[in-house]
Amino acid sequence: MSTETTATGIGPVEGSGAHEGSYGVDNPAPFIEPPRKRTKKTPRSTRGNFEMYGWLFMRLSGIVLVVLVLGHLLIQLVLDGGVSKVGFAFVAGRWASPWWQVWDLAMLWLAMLHGANGLRTIINDYAESVKSRLWLKGLLYTATVWTIVLGTLVIFTFDPNIR
Amino acid sequence: MATPTLDKADAAGTPEPGFADSPYITVTLRVRRFNPEVAAEATWQDFQLEMDPKERVLDALHKIKWDVDGSLTFRRSCAHGICGSDAMRINGKNRLACKTLIKDINPEKPITVEPIKGLTVLKDLVVDMEPFFQAYRDVMPFLITKDTNEPTRERLQSAEDRERFDDTTKCILCAACTSSCPVFWNDGQYFGPAAIVNAHRFIFDSRDEAGEQRLEILNDKDGVWRCRTTFNCTDACPRGIEVTKAIQEVKRALITRRL
Ligand code: HEM
Ligand code: SF4
Ligand code: FES
Repeated sequence: MSTETTATGIGPVEGSGAHEGSYGVDNPAPFIEPPRKRTKKTPRSTRGNFEMYGWLFMRLSGIVLVVLVLGHLLIQLVLDGGVSKVGFAFVAGRWASPWWQVWDLAMLWLAMLHGANGLRTIINDYAESVKSRLWLKGLLYTATVWTIVLGTLVIFTFDPNIR
Repeated sequence: MATPTLDKADAAGTPEPGFADSPYITVTLRVRRFNPEVAAEATWQDFQLEMDPKERVLDALHKIKWDVDGSLTFRRSCAHGICGSDAMRINGKNRLACKTLIKDINPEKPITVEPIKGLTVLKDLVVDMEPFFQAYRDVMPFLITKDTNEPTRERLQSAEDRERFDDTTKCILCAACTSSCPVFWNDGQYFGPAAIVNAHRFIFDSRDEAGEQRLEILNDKDGVWRCRTTFNCTDACPRGIEVTKAIQEVKRALITRRL
């Protein structure tokens, strides 16, 4: 049997510069705590069906958003001379109709809640410390509520005669 | 798959060895080594080995351990794809070393071998499987019946009822799926595909009576709803289990029973 075997090419793993050479049997490298081990302190969930409704909402709002967003883009950017037609008068004309008010209101609420819930998922995935999780979510929820309230206010109180 | 033959190895572009009639070629195995008693960082180490391309990556690891460097540490038991001990990342993909033929993974380039991701590396290719098995235990992977009396006869089941969960009975708990899941990499609190597969095994078993409890466990915020349908798990499973489909069936069961 031909077993010519050599061991070469020992080198540091990509990205790791310094190399600790001083570890040994009497001086072992520090023990690495399993980063995501389930411990007694791991919080248990008490949220009922919240995640299920969130999951369902993403899919249902997604289906409705396909119609709302694509229709919105078509009307604003493609039909009737494209984006150059959009101005104060164009917006005023559209919001005179309850149909477009409801359209835009539904789009605002669904897109904001859909996007916020999507970002909540991403924060849950990536934020490692409890503190950064709290801050990021606080920022997200504040921005979401602020945008929804402001947008809703504008849709309902829009005054075409404003000077 | 198909029985490997020399003809096929040649057809697959395996270079002719230097001397006639020898199947051996030189392959480079690039192994990610880690020994916490020596260094805090992992390092790549290359091993040049004379291998028959029809041999498996596990054979190459054996050759290193037995002939070159006895300190190389990895798990394997059955060596035949049954025990689930030797899932590892080979050329960036989770596979069983004992089911991966060298000729199938382009031996012309160095073959990288790493521990599976998302679990703490203890030494070389050995990871701490405890979080993985904790999630497995959490879904109560055993038959539960409400009848507390000793059974007096066999629990019978029709062929169709058995077929319903046949796919998920094949799991060997190798963790290839769970450690290929980006949600598990990012936040290992997620139950992971393997735990859901093994819950599916009992949820859809007509003889079992704790399906509702298991569904409630997986309705957790770290349960099935964290799945993003990435299909990494299905690609990784060495048993060919349709893992993502099983997860989806658990989601559907939850929705239809809760609404
Ligand atoms: C055009 C129609 C849309 C459809 C059909 C749709 C569908 C979906 C679905 C099904 C998910 C869940 C993915 C998963 O859980 O694996 C999702 C996630 C998400 N969506 Fe949408 N969506 C649409 C529009 C939008 C809009 C307008 C926004 C921004 C306001 C948005 C932001 C997000 C974000 C941030 C996520 C989370 C991404 C992730 O989980 O990785 N989507 N979308
Ligand atoms: S489902 Fe497949 S990949 Fe996952 S643990 Fe079971 S056998 Fe391994
Ligand atoms: S050694 Fe048992 S599955 Fe590979």
